[in-house]
Amino acid sequence: MFAISVMVFLIFFATPGVDPAARIAGRGASPEVLAQVQKTFGFDQPLPVRYGLMMDHLFIKQDLTSYVNVGEKVVPQLVQAAPVTLSLVLGAAVIWIVLGLGGGLLATRFRGTVVDPIVMIVGIAAVSMPAYWVGEVVNLITQDKLHSTVFSWVPSLGYVSIADPVQWAAHLIFPWLTLALLYGGIYARVLRAELVTAMSEDYVRTGRAKGLSERRILFRHALRGSLSPVVSLFGLDFGSLVGGSALLTEVVFGLPGIGKLTWDSLQNLDLPVIMACVLYSAFFVVAANAVVDLLYAVIDPRVRHA
Amino acid sequence: MSGATVTEGTPPPAPRSIGPWRVGLGQLLRNPVAVVAFVVLLLIVVVCLAAPLYAGDIAHTDAFRSNVTATTIINGHRVSVLQQNKQGLGLGVEPIGPTWNLSGYFLGADGQGRDVFARLLYGGRTTLLIGFVSAVACCVLGAFVGLIAGYFGGVVDWILSRLLDLIWAFPVYLLAISLSVVLLTNGLRLGPIDIEPDNLALPIMIITLIYIPYVARPLRGQVLSLKGREFIKASIGLGAGDWRILRREVLRNILPTVIVFIPLMTALNMLTESALSFLSIGVQPPNASWGTIINDGLDLLYTRPAVALAPGIMLVITAVAFNLLGDSVRDALDPKAKLRGSI
Repeated sequence: MFAISVMVFLIFFATPGVDPAARIAGRGASPEVLAQVQKTFGFDQPLPVRYGLMMDHLFIKQDLTSYVNVGEKVVPQLVQAAPVTLSLVLGAAVIWIVLGLGGGLLATRFRGTVVDPIVMIVGIAAVSMPAYWVGEVVNLITQDKLHSTVFSWVPSLGYVSIADPVQWAAHLIFPWLTLALLYGGIYARVLRAELVTAMSEDYVRTGRAKGLSERRILFRHALRGSLSPVVSLFGLDFGSLVGGSALLTEVVFGLPGIGKLTWDSLQNLDLPVIMACVLYSAFFVVAANAVVDLLYAVIDPRVRHA
Repeated sequence: MSGATVTEGTPPPAPRSIGPWRVGLGQLLRNPVAVVAFVVLLLIVVVCLAAPLYAGDIAHTDAFRSNVTATTIINGHRVSVLQQNKQGLGLGVEPIGPTWNLSGYFLGADGQGRDVFARLLYGGRTTLLIGFVSAVACCVLGAFVGLIAGYFGGVVDWILSRLLDLIWAFPVYLLAISLSVVLLTNGLRLGPIDIEPDNLALPIMIITLIYIPYVARPLRGQVLSLKGREFIKASIGLGAGDWRILRREVLRNILPTVIVFIPLMTALNMLTESALSFLSIGVQPPNASWGTIINDGLDLLYTRPAVALAPGIMLVITAVAFNLLGDSVRDALDPKAKLRGSI
């Protein structure tokens, strides 16, 4: 995380030709104004000092303020955005797990029939669709002409707090589906590949020999062994999404989550906010890695002895 | 070397082996999915390459210059491509919808009076170019890093692996967006290198950089496992230098994997490019890509959905075709690969 924060800092402050003071002061600012800005924001100090000051304000004093909206503190902004992203990703995760497991199991169970290639083609199509574009198409369908008839129950874009669960879900259902589509496709493909490998293992043949039903072999034996790559994938995806990777979905559906916050701050080159968002995100990626390692031991007891 | 292997007289003619590449190619050609995907891609590439031909000789439009006074012929009548809004106060103008006529404005006009179909073709050139070039660059650089890190090990491996980890731990889009925001506002000036913000090299570089770990990490693992194999030891025993072993032994063994990566990375990179362009931090004007056209179409989504729908559909078709092709190539060239598509 330290390395990541240094890297972000360097991208924004040490890339040749980038001058944050010039950005803040605006186009055509006089040299005096520029110097003033440099002094106020501390850009005249050496890089390591500036880095230290920023980290101090972010973590210890927690009063880091935005460069752009002067006076606005960064930490409360993050705290406000976090539940939006969490709502989006949690709901989507449930859907994509169902889609991914269902698709993978279905394709394996009906291997050799038309079901398998159909599920896999749908999977590839889902993987190949840009989420922001799907989001727009969904908006077009639900918010335009059909809005007065079939989709009259779909509220306008935005986010409603979970304090009102019905409205919360109604606002999020299409963002959930959009986000889940991509990941559902990936998971179905990964799970199928794992299951197909597992089904040719010796223990499956043993199971068949002792007369177990195909269904029991698939669900009780093959699935369990095939879940660990899916779980590790899930941990990483979930972590990075909660950390703000659902940016495109949030932007298209107008959800004020972490991704949207990151995006807005990037457009203004609002470095304190960017730094906070990226560190927040990196935290979840690192945490997700740790959780995955723990879960591994639960799913696959062999790991505990390794 | 002892002379034991040299036989007297003419040696018996060795059976002509067809080699793994020919076998792979043969398998690929017998796979209907691969052939269909390849034909679709070829068609898209040819049509996109013909963009200037269409814009110049058939539609007689300029796909880049704003053209608010343009006219076209519908049902024998000459109409303006930007018409006054008929609803409410009649504020602003609304571009015409699809004419479904290839002689001009096949898919209608965008907010600047430009022919969407012509832009779609030009955009395809950009998107395909960026996707393919960055995929090849990713694979070449990724293979290089993977080879060096895996083969030499030690400090070299440690440094390279940590660098890869650093990029890996960064959410892909955040890194891409951070780099794009910084580089695209100012261009890149690094000593003698001076790249303007609207140069296509910038998105290519950014996308290449963020996806190098995707290629380098699996290849490093493969090189590590190859390193302990007998034929490498034999090569060392024969006194071959490091570079010779890398080039003649290791590279040849990982080459199929590298080639498998190219179509898959192209699909991924195209989607990333379009996402960045959609956020207006990828391809910069005057260039167009499918992502920027979708972005243009955002304002017209409810009145002229074709502007945003058409490039998206093209993007999905192309990405599906690349993914299918990639899966087939993997099945043909890399039969040991763990994750097999095999439709």
